[in-house]
Amino acid sequence: MSTEVETGLRDDQYLNKTDMQLGSMSAPCSGCAVHIYNPEEREDERREARMRRLPVLVTLIWVCSVFYTGIFLFVGGFLLVRLEGSGADHRCSEGRFHRYDPENTAPKPFENKLPVLDEMASSHPSHARLYTFRADPPTTTMQRIKGFTTGSLPTFIDVGNNFASNAILEDNLVHQLGQVGKRVVFMGDDTWVSLFPKKFHRSLPFPSFNVKDLHTVDNGILQNIYPTMEGDDWDVLIAHFLGVDHCGHRFGPDHPAMAEKLSQMDGVIRSVIKRLKNDTLLVVMGDHGMTDTGDHGGESQKETDAALFLYSSSPLFPAPGSQVEPEVVPQTDLVPTLALLLGVPIPYSSVGQVLLPLFPRNGSRGAPTGLSQAEALWINVKQVNRFLETYSNMAKDIPPDSLSRLRADFSNISSQYLAAVHKGHLPSPELVVSMQNYLTAVRETCRASWARFNPFKMAAGLLILGVACMLCYVLSELSHVVVQEGLLKLPILSGLAVGLLVATGQLFLQGYLELSWCVGAAALSSEVLFLWRTRGVSPKERWSPSGLLTPALLVLFLRCASLLSDSYVIYEGNVVTFLLFTLSIYVPLHLNWDGLLVPLPPSDTQKQPRLLPTALPSSVVRRQATILLAWLGVLVGSLYLSLSFHNCREEQGTCQPSPFLSPLSRVQNSQLRNLHYVLSVGSLALWGYLLHRWLRHYGNLNCTSVTVFSACFLIPLPCVCMGLHWAVSATPEDTFRNLSELIGLAQVFLPRATFCLLGLGLLLLWVDPMMVFLKSRTPLNSRGTSLPPPKYRASTGISPQAELHHLIPQLYQRIRHSLEDGATESGETDCRPAVEAYGLGTVYSAPLVLLCGLLGLVLLLLHPEGMALAFLLLLLEAGAILHIHACSTNLSSLHKHSNYFSVPWAPVVSWSLAATQFFHSTGHLPTFPSIQWGAAFVGFPQGHTGTALPASLVILNTFSSHIIFAVGCPLLLFWPLVCEVRGTRSTRSAGAEESEDAVMEMRLRENPHKFSSGLLQLAARYLFVNGAQVFASVCAAAILRRHLMVWKVFAPKLMFEASGFIVGSVFVILGFAMVMRVDVSVGGLFKKLLPQNSR
Amino acid sequence: MWDVEIRGMASAHAIIASSIFMATVMPAVFVENFSVYGTHMVWLYCVAGSVVVVNIAVFWLLGISPPTKKNTLSYKLNRLFKSCLYFLLSCLFFHTVVVLYGAPLLESALETFSLAVLLSTLTTLRCLCILGPNVQAWIRVFSRDGAMSVWDTSLQITTGCSVIGAWLGAFPIPLDWDRPWQVWPISCTLGAITGFLTGLLAAPVWIHWHRKQLTYKLK
Repeated sequence: MSTEVETGLRDDQYLNKTDMQLGSMSAPCSGCAVHIYNPEEREDERREARMRRLPVLVTLIWVCSVFYTGIFLFVGGFLLVRLEGSGADHRCSEGRFHRYDPENTAPKPFENKLPVLDEMASSHPSHARLYTFRADPPTTTMQRIKGFTTGSLPTFIDVGNNFASNAILEDNLVHQLGQVGKRVVFMGDDTWVSLFPKKFHRSLPFPSFNVKDLHTVDNGILQNIYPTMEGDDWDVLIAHFLGVDHCGHRFGPDHPAMAEKLSQMDGVIRSVIKRLKNDTLLVVMGDHGMTDTGDHGGESQKETDAALFLYSSSPLFPAPGSQVEPEVVPQTDLVPTLALLLGVPIPYSSVGQVLLPLFPRNGSRGAPTGLSQAEALWINVKQVNRFLETYSNMAKDIPPDSLSRLRADFSNISSQYLAAVHKGHLPSPELVVSMQNYLTAVRETCRASWARFNPFKMAAGLLILGVACMLCYVLSELSHVVVQEGLLKLPILSGLAVGLLVATGQLFLQGYLELSWCVGAAALSSEVLFLWRTRGVSPKERWSPSGLLTPALLVLFLRCASLLSDSYVIYEGNVVTFLLFTLSIYVPLHLNWDGLLVPLPPSDTQKQPRLLPTALPSSVVRRQATILLAWLGVLVGSLYLSLSFHNCREEQGTCQPSPFLSPLSRVQNSQLRNLHYVLSVGSLALWGYLLHRWLRHYGNLNCTSVTVFSACFLIPLPCVCMGLHWAVSATPEDTFRNLSELIGLAQVFLPRATFCLLGLGLLLLWVDPMMVFLKSRTPLNSRGTSLPPPKYRASTGISPQAELHHLIPQLYQRIRHSLEDGATESGETDCRPAVEAYGLGTVYSAPLVLLCGLLGLVLLLLHPEGMALAFLLLLLEAGAILHIHACSTNLSSLHKHSNYFSVPWAPVVSWSLAATQFFHSTGHLPTFPSIQWGAAFVGFPQGHTGTALPASLVILNTFSSHIIFAVGCPLLLFWPLVCEVRGTRSTRSAGAEESEDAVMEMRLRENPHKFSSGLLQLAARYLFVNGAQVFASVCAAAILRRHLMVWKVFAPKLMFEASGFIVGSVFVILGFAMVMRVDVSVGGLFKKLLPQNSR
Repeated sequence: MWDVEIRGMASAHAIIASSIFMATVMPAVFVENFSVYGTHMVWLYCVAGSVVVVNIAVFWLLGISPPTKKNTLSYKLNRLFKSCLYFLLSCLFFHTVVVLYGAPLLESALETFSLAVLLSTLTTLRCLCILGPNVQAWIRVFSRDGAMSVWDTSLQITTGCSVIGAWLGAFPIPLDWDRPWQVWPISCTLGAITGFLTGLLAAPVWIHWHRKQLTYKLK
């Protein structure tokens, strides 16, 4: 019905047609409250009291950048930094043995699909060995390759480099092999080529980034490996298979495709063994394991443990039982072993220990390497000691007492060994054991102390974040002062000046610039100056600490405290739900405590008016209370249902990940798959329908602007595209073989089309955010110019129908017109306003709702299909929080004269908690293995060339709930106005309070100053709530930095919380900028209308 | 002015508190291996039962219950039936709330329901004793100006304390300390009973402290 409106229609016709929706506009004007402004006064008022858009935005950007500075400083001091040594060992030992080691990502042999390893190890004990191979966390592919080529322990901070893997500058095995002229041939995962550019004699890299592709890398290797093996131009051959890893990422270990892949690997190993020459060693190893969901990156045993299989055609190993076999082989141990076997120096920074079973106990056995166990160990010990010496000179992070103990051990060992060699007899077994112990001790010391913190930076970051939180609180209490008086200029300028001063000071004194200190000084000085200035301005009682003791802030405090305990972080999803539930139950209880929830029983009314001077009619109270309780039901229901979409951390023992989390293509049962599909599409359709319904309900779909076009078409169309896309991607690969090309095409184009349509919608929304339909009345022109300019008046209570339909056409009344000409013409027509504006009441919130809806669709596309249900729950929950807030504002507005421009803490805290809650309920967890990498391939199944696009897609996916709630944050201010109870106004405002009866969001327009301070207050409160959580997790990381769980729980939590805050605050600023954009348009509209009508 | 009533209330509360103490100690004589953690359900129902009996007896003897309008037997029976129904409904209500708070839905449903029964005895039963089966009056009592006698105030305090105690009792559950009292629902019942005892203690003290400010409207 919205599109058929044409200007050619006669008014009456139009009104009749739209009667049901728009309410009757032709009500007699006797009900209209008349309000006359003095034109000049009004103009002045308008000029002076324009909404202050820029100060609000600048303040927000300033606050956010202060927070970013604090986070940047702290993270810079907290995350481990391991100095990379650049020295290289040049010692050469003799080696005559050619061998190669096809490396094979063979994680946990699932259900005995790799029998060859065990067969060989048990049937040829002197030819083969099978060990548990333990990786050091983090178990991401690049870190592992770095680990078992350099022999060092790549640290946590390297995780971020995974998709921009840059060359290894440290001394490493491949480099050393190249130095002595060995020809290294590589095939497989292309990560190697970026890590070792130009180091290989020959390389055949295959793209590794696309997780969905199980076969390209493996088939590429298989085509080349056998010819290469039979050829003669190689000394070391490295083959990195990826199929099993990708199969785990895509399907999880418990899938037929995994069995298939592992059987293929089994065949590969068998045929490689058959082709082995006598002087070759085969090393089969997995660089990491996988969790039950097929992911890796963390440090659970399932992720770190893989297999190491060694095989040689000639008998290499001693008989089993003749010596102590290591139970578990650390991944770093491979490096010195291979280096010594191949006759190259052990890489400089290796902290590994040679694998003794590969060396003969004494050199007499005609060993291929010519090195006995003791000799090999001695070389190893010398190398490690040298590394330790140089490293401890370079960096001071190894504790001195353990360093001196290690030094004493080394001098002891060296004197014993040299004495034994001097006397010409073999070193005793005790010496071998003590050398092994020394190596293990060094490794453990390094592991423990490469958690190197910079306490000054950490303290500075903490200080800046703490003061920033305080600043947000003060800002929210004093927003009106800040908006009015422009307190900000001086702090910002002085902050910049201090930053520059520190920078020049550094340049003069040190000669180089350390950016973090300059930024930190700038942030801190501007913060302190601002707080100082507000102290002078503020009345003392306005921000006393007792204001912090409201239950909402108590809940926030509990939430922050919960971040300091690893158990609560592990169960964060449930904890947040618990707190949110408490906070939402508190609202009606508190209203009841104030006696506002239930209309007073009639018998009491005679006694009560003293207490409630402006009591609502009991019917209205009952209605509002019912609405509130109904929405509370919706909120509680969606909270409870959302618990079933959680993913599981490895620490949560018996937990089962939600079945909706796995993509449809992983669901085996076809009936279940169809059910999931129908559910997802149904909730998608409901999402679109609810949005459309809301916009139509408030009359925002009547005009013919591009935005309405986008609302009408750019929501359903992408929904259809998404439904088709899900259907295509859910089809099992082998069902429609002849259509595979079409399916491939659809997988590329359907999501891209959806992205484009939604992007177009967002663009149109920004270009023209007005969703207001203006209806001019024809007789205007004939009235001539003698009439004074009409005053705009957003009026209400014109007719009961309008109220019933929740639709308020906003009016421009030509007051003089109706007064003067009312006598001559029939009252009814004259009384009609000159211009009717439909949807003006929700002029600010409608574009925001539409923005949230479109953004939600974009983000949903990046998720697994089943998450559509969770997104629907998100929409319902957000609506429920807004309505509960609106109802409670309405109910309490008449008790104490509360203002509509200030959002209390409770809804803001709920809003922020809901964002965290839906972070968990969309299947995310604050751990690195749980990042949904699949989001990077939506619309790009072939993979990417750059890293920016996939990274941003993954970030959008991870923080989608933060984004939606951040953009929708201004709605908290608008909603009580949208849901305003108008019945009371009309009864009360007949007399004195006419100035108050402007309705809905025009109230904001009428009080631009209050509007801007309300917006600033809301944003400051939201940032405070989020910033306090960041501050708490930063405190947790700082206080518990030596805690057992710091790298497993607190550090990832800090990273996620901080990134969530950064992403969220960017979108908060975007949301508020959208409101400003709408305000500009509204201003333009009024400017256009007033002269037009006056002439 | 309130001294008599406060003293009466303090002694009534002391009786109720001592009954909880007795319910913890006495069953050890009759039940083998009785302990609060080990045979938690037995203890829970002992406490609940003793609180029910003592509450009803105390309030009946003191004559706090609202005056009945009619004295017929059928009317009394009707009220009794209504009270039982309300008590059952409140058990179901608490069960639902506890499940919504995150208690397991199906497994250990008996434990959850027992917690709901305990919470009902600590809150709803006292409402029934003091106000009768009248939901309007219950809603009225839990508002700022709703209390009409010292007993109403004490009802406010004890109910609030029990519920908050049970709420706080949920806090240690996720911690990985592996203590026997972290098992569902022991910490919550302990919290509820501790809260209730605190409320029993706090109510007379608070009323005594604020006796100048308290003004009750006549019924």
